[in-house]
Amino acid sequence: MMSVSKSSLATPEHVIDRQLYRMKVSQYIGAEGLLRRLLFVLIALSLFAFLVYPLILALVRSFQNRSGEFVGLANYVAYFSSAASSASLNNSLYISVVTTVITLLITFIFAYGLTRMTIPWRGPFRQIAQLPIFIPSLVQALAFIYMFGNNGIITRMTGINIGLYGKVGIIMSEVFYAFPHALIILVTALSLSDSRLYEAAESLRTSSWRVFWTITIPGVRYGLLSAAFVVFTLAITDFGAPKVVGGNYNVLATDIYSKVVGQQNFEMGATISTLLLIPALLVFVLDRWVQRKQVAQVTANIVPLPPKPHHPIIQNAVFIFCLAVSLFILSVYVVVLIGAFTSYWPYNMSLTLKNFTFYVAGVQHKFGVFVVLWNSIKMASYTAIFGTIVVFASAYLIEKSRGLNLPRATLYFLSVMPLAVPGMVKGLSYIFAFNDPRNPLYILYGTMALLTISTILHYYTVPFLTATTALKQMDPEFEATGESLEAPFYRTFWKVTVPLALPAILQIAMYFFLNAMVTLSAVVFIFVPGKELAALSVMLLDDAGETAQAMAMSLLIIVVGFAARGLFFLATRGIERSTQAWRGR
Amino acid sequence: MQESPNKYDPHAFLRLIDLTKTFGELVAVNNVSLDIAEGEFICLLGPSGCGKTTILRMIAGLEQQNAGQIFQAGKDISRLPPRDRDFGIVFQSYALFPNLTVAQNIAYGLENRREPKKAIAERVAELLELIGLPTVGKKYPSQLSGGQQQRIALARALATSPSLLLLDEPLSALDARVRVSLRIEIKHLQRRLGLTTVFVTHDQEEALVMADRIVVMSHGVIEQAGRPQEIYRTPATPFVADFVGVMNFLPAKAGTASHQVQCGSIVFETAEVHPFSPGEAVTLAVRPEDVRVGVAANQNGNTAQAQIDEAEFLGSFYRLTLSLEGMEEARLVAEVSNNRMRDLNLNAGDKVPVQLPAALLRIYPGKTGYK
Repeated sequence: MMSVSKSSLATPEHVIDRQLYRMKVSQYIGAEGLLRRLLFVLIALSLFAFLVYPLILALVRSFQNRSGEFVGLANYVAYFSSAASSASLNNSLYISVVTTVITLLITFIFAYGLTRMTIPWRGPFRQIAQLPIFIPSLVQALAFIYMFGNNGIITRMTGINIGLYGKVGIIMSEVFYAFPHALIILVTALSLSDSRLYEAAESLRTSSWRVFWTITIPGVRYGLLSAAFVVFTLAITDFGAPKVVGGNYNVLATDIYSKVVGQQNFEMGATISTLLLIPALLVFVLDRWVQRKQVAQVTANIVPLPPKPHHPIIQNAVFIFCLAVSLFILSVYVVVLIGAFTSYWPYNMSLTLKNFTFYVAGVQHKFGVFVVLWNSIKMASYTAIFGTIVVFASAYLIEKSRGLNLPRATLYFLSVMPLAVPGMVKGLSYIFAFNDPRNPLYILYGTMALLTISTILHYYTVPFLTATTALKQMDPEFEATGESLEAPFYRTFWKVTVPLALPAILQIAMYFFLNAMVTLSAVVFIFVPGKELAALSVMLLDDAGETAQAMAMSLLIIVVGFAARGLFFLATRGIERSTQAWRGR
Repeated sequence: MQESPNKYDPHAFLRLIDLTKTFGELVAVNNVSLDIAEGEFICLLGPSGCGKTTILRMIAGLEQQNAGQIFQAGKDISRLPPRDRDFGIVFQSYALFPNLTVAQNIAYGLENRREPKKAIAERVAELLELIGLPTVGKKYPSQLSGGQQQRIALARALATSPSLLLLDEPLSALDARVRVSLRIEIKHLQRRLGLTTVFVTHDQEEALVMADRIVVMSHGVIEQAGRPQEIYRTPATPFVADFVGVMNFLPAKAGTASHQVQCGSIVFETAEVHPFSPGEAVTLAVRPEDVRVGVAANQNGNTAQAQIDEAEFLGSFYRLTLSLEGMEEARLVAEVSNNRMRDLNLNAGDKVPVQLPAALLRIYPGKTGYK
């Protein structure tokens, strides 16, 4: 309609046309529009205050000396000039790369067996493979000490000492820790293959070896990359396992801790934090890029590939492999279970309940374990409740608002950013931001509220993406229909969107809860005495040499995790019956 | 419509004998036999779930039949895996390998045979030329349009010079225009290569245009097999009549003479002699374009007075909904060209004589569920 050629511009009518065209017609905003905008501003401000601002402070601090004067790159020069101190960067990179390679190998074989082969027990294998998610990484490391340490049960039985303390132990723990995360990605990738490709190859008389390298592997290449990024990030940012089993082997996360807690050297802590942030950010950017490509690759009308019998030798080998991995995972659980009730592993294996009365800092609490556990349950519940509300509301605002493109893009960026910020870095940045009487938010310091906020923001991105996906699957016309029926948007939100998204909402709450129960790095710098959390006390007890009590605490964390899962399962079933009836066929 | 295998041509290139395939409770293909001559273009036509794709996949060896045999070029291939059969296949979803270039896709099957590199390159160039896309060899499938991708898939299937080409709804995912041009291209290519081809489709127009012989299927059995004109002119069952083209089904009774049928109070003469006893319920069928609207009364018989209830304008023609005097229980649909509408100056509400030509009437036993 607005085809305007150069010559016709001369005529006055077209000039007027053009002016009309240029005139921006702004819609009447109204009370609802104002409310929407207010919510946008509120969420953006919160993300700024609790995420961006503290990080900026940490970054600035890395360019200052102890008295707050600008010193340029002096801190970085100091870090790199001494071989002893700069080892942590090399160590971190080494650990993360080796962990990534090993984890991908193990996970790929396991996932291939689950999705493509007709090996028996695929169901149980799949369930068992998810078990490591319930255990904090430092507990896994503790269990390995019980098994493979100098006095570990396997070391004593076989007489072989694998030299656990240091990189071996860290890598073992990180592989174990990252395994279920990588497995989910690879199982999904392997399940999304189009069977027509395999049929086309078969009808072209292709050998299975060639099918594997030209179809299977290229088909999951984005999944492999994604899994590699996830594993790398988990390994390089983890604090728990290196803290417990690392010995003198320094990695970035433990280095930050020892600089800050041990030496009160906040400048160097900030400097190392920045060094940890760089690879994490880099991997994060790469991952976003890969995921975008992957979405484009998946077409709607694929015919899923059913599992097929392979050559018996290969099939049996994979089955034995999956069995071995599963048994290993179960044995870690068994060690925690027995360890929690054992007097003095491995010298006095008599059973006892005394590990459940514990003391920290010399004060004996009869039911101390349970006080700390209750702290954790409270914090995890707050995180689940408030985290879910904030995440879902902001995902809704971003996904279901018309116009407002810049605010939406900004908020989206702020919402995916937490994934790139390692917990230790964020924790340290909270010291700078909130342990400062000049900051009006200082009143939050040492409260449960700040622990909760820190945890929510640490785990913000994955729930946010879950909510966004759930919302994207909903017909965008719901909002338009609601408006046409003159219902305010919050009514449509409450009456239609929330009920439809309840399964996703529950999943988000569950994710927050489980992670809040086990997090260490998000809270290690900001807890105060009296507000100890369960996972934290495992570390403190282990530090104090009270390993048996640490095991007892670990067991309780695992039990709470299972209980929460059970509740979640029941709730999902109930809710699916009451609000998901429309899904029925 | 089942006939015993020994009636089939023993020299047929592809023979399907008593094929049956079940998926759990569902009988997808029920005791189907079919002979296909060398160089023949066969269309398996039917609604989704009629078993046509299952037959194709059994020919390819991608499904294993529960019972029955398949012979190709005189050899029993019933139990052979796909890799030991001789065919090329094209899927609806193209199924091009997304990580390989167009040239690598086409070369894929040739490389499996370990042919020399130079020969492969020449063959790929030749095939790209054949499908009219000589310059896209270095591109990736995702950089091409749907129609182009499907041509590449065709080239890949033809690369190893198979003696049998299997096409599983290859045009269904394409735009209407591309579909029409590609079906002509495929037909020309098939004729040029003299390649025996089995083409699965649910699109009756595709089948009519492309096939040497159409096999209409429903619920796992063959309803009718024949040349396109046969299928359209003399559909063997109401299902075929309804599925291929549009058909009027009028409830009727067999007349007193064996070439008469009575609809309401109107008696129609038929060219074919029917076997029904007088008064037996039958269905009279006539295609809308065969109804002659505006004939002089009683010209050659079979005429009736009709009122035009609706006149739908459909671009190149009108579709009229008519009520016949003396036949209250059904209405008749007729298609009339624009010219004729103008010449007769017809409008909705008008009365007009119509004729159902005796030679173009079909009679089916009983009442049918079709309208």
